[in-house]
Amino acid sequence: MSEPISKETVVKVSRLARLSLTPEQAEKMTAQLAGMLEHFRDIDALDLANVEPMTQPYPLKNVMREDVEAKSLDRQEVLDQAPSAESGRFRVPPTIGFDV
Amino acid sequence: MQKLVEIVAGVAGGSLTATGVLEEHLGRIDARESEIHAFNLVTADQAREDASIIDADVKAGKKVGALAGVPIALKDNMCTRGIETTCSSKILQGWKPPYDATVVTKLRNAGAIIVGKTNLDEFAMGSSTENSAFGPTKNPLDISRVPGGSSGGSAAAVSAGFAAASLGSDTGGSIRQPAALCGVVGVKPTYGTVSRYGLVAFASSLDQIGPFTSDVRDAATLLEVISGHDQMDSTSIPQPATSLVSVLDHGVKGMRIGRVTDLPEGCEPDVLARLEAAFDALRTAGATIVDVKLPSLQYCLTAYYLIAPAEASSNLARYDGVRYGNRVDAADLNAMYAATRESGFGEEVKRRIMLGTYALSAGYYDAYYGKALKVRRLISDDFARAYKDVDTILTPTSPSTAFKFGSKTDNPLAMYLCDVFTIPTNLAGHPAMSVPFGVGADSMPVGIQVLATTMGEQAMFKVAAELERAS
Repeated sequence: MSEPISKETVVKVSRLARLSLTPEQAEKMTAQLAGMLEHFRDIDALDLANVEPMTQPYPLKNVMREDVEAKSLDRQEVLDQAPSAESGRFRVPPTIGFDV
Repeated sequence: MQKLVEIVAGVAGGSLTATGVLEEHLGRIDARESEIHAFNLVTADQAREDASIIDADVKAGKKVGALAGVPIALKDNMCTRGIETTCSSKILQGWKPPYDATVVTKLRNAGAIIVGKTNLDEFAMGSSTENSAFGPTKNPLDISRVPGGSSGGSAAAVSAGFAAASLGSDTGGSIRQPAALCGVVGVKPTYGTVSRYGLVAFASSLDQIGPFTSDVRDAATLLEVISGHDQMDSTSIPQPATSLVSVLDHGVKGMRIGRVTDLPEGCEPDVLARLEAAFDALRTAGATIVDVKLPSLQYCLTAYYLIAPAEASSNLARYDGVRYGNRVDAADLNAMYAATRESGFGEEVKRRIMLGTYALSAGYYDAYYGKALKVRRLISDDFARAYKDVDTILTPTSPSTAFKFGSKTDNPLAMYLCDVFTIPTNLAGHPAMSVPFGVGADSMPVGIQVLATTMGEQAMFKVAAELERAS
């Protein structure tokens, strides 16, 4: 993590995040992220070799419930809130035949 | 203004009506909401209907709930069935959830009257509400200043008397910091105490719902109602709610209160002076002040601003214009995703999604996210050592009193530093609360933060109650 973040990396990350940034936005974002990442280097001084990562406040274990039939969300009520729905399904633009 | 517990007693006992109480609060909303903007939505009609049902029940001699007739405001990131829930984001504007959050169900079952949905920094990302897509909330004590954030609307609603209590969510200080800046009580309970089912997720290993009230007793009363195990939240602690009201008058005699000797720098001197006054008050009341060291505290900001955006970048992937919220049409699916998210998210949300995506991306994961998780462990270990010697720890809630609008908006890092004292608690999963304790040099309220270990709410409330008595 020694090199500052480049504009090319920012553009690549924006594609991963499905955000389309204009060149100006990418420029500004690069400067802001670089500033933050610089600040975040304070932890480089720590010896973390033998430290166990902590992903959440409590040890993970499977949480099960009784397998009982219960009412789920009302399908029509859910679909009514979708930007586009048809015949009981969500409708989306074409997914194949385009560059991704 | 009436306390929550006075309303409960009055309505159940017949000396007050839920309708009368509600109209008083709606009257204050009418008078000042246009300048404060605490709410994204005021649900006056539904509230009036709910209040009349409570009044009819009381008249008919039916037993009413523990919060019967109490006007309560909800942060607009908690799902309310059929009632718009926006997270103060354009991407969710107009969305009406198909279910109620567990806290909403619990409040309704207890007879609370929901008066509206409060403003926040978009998706709870911010410390001033200046990141709301619908405009900032003003601090009711001085409208040239921010109310804090991200639950600024919930804090302002209680401070201005628009509601007797409110709920907020706290990922890195979003309940405690606005409580401090608006002069009210704000509690972030132990992670897993209050169900997160129906709370729109920001950073799932850190988020926790909690109350805003005008005093400590009201906070304890409300927290008892919303706590408890919920099988709809797999991180919910499988234990009944802790009794809190019962310990408020116990005092602090014999308790050990931690003073952090290596507190991060940058706190205003007038705030530090109030902290010293708080230690003096507790000492006078019979507590012992013990020095503790938390050497990893200085790395909290880095750990948090890598972990929270990483989790957020994953959680916010769901806003893709397919199942809910708004869509910007485009020729193909990927173009639609990008156009929708570009238009729907504000600048700070995009910044955090970018930071989080970067921290999780191939080649950088170990250097950033992986390291941050290890620092989180160090912080947790520091606290574990300290709590061998003390029952609670006292720090300022916020490094300064409420600041002026625009004073930190150009510098994201300066804004992030507002959370320096509140973040450690979220990383550890512990409870902490902010109690008003006098004012700073600018006559604005100062909040003192009481921290405790996992499930240490009773000790925390004892100390908070003592500080309130002494202030």
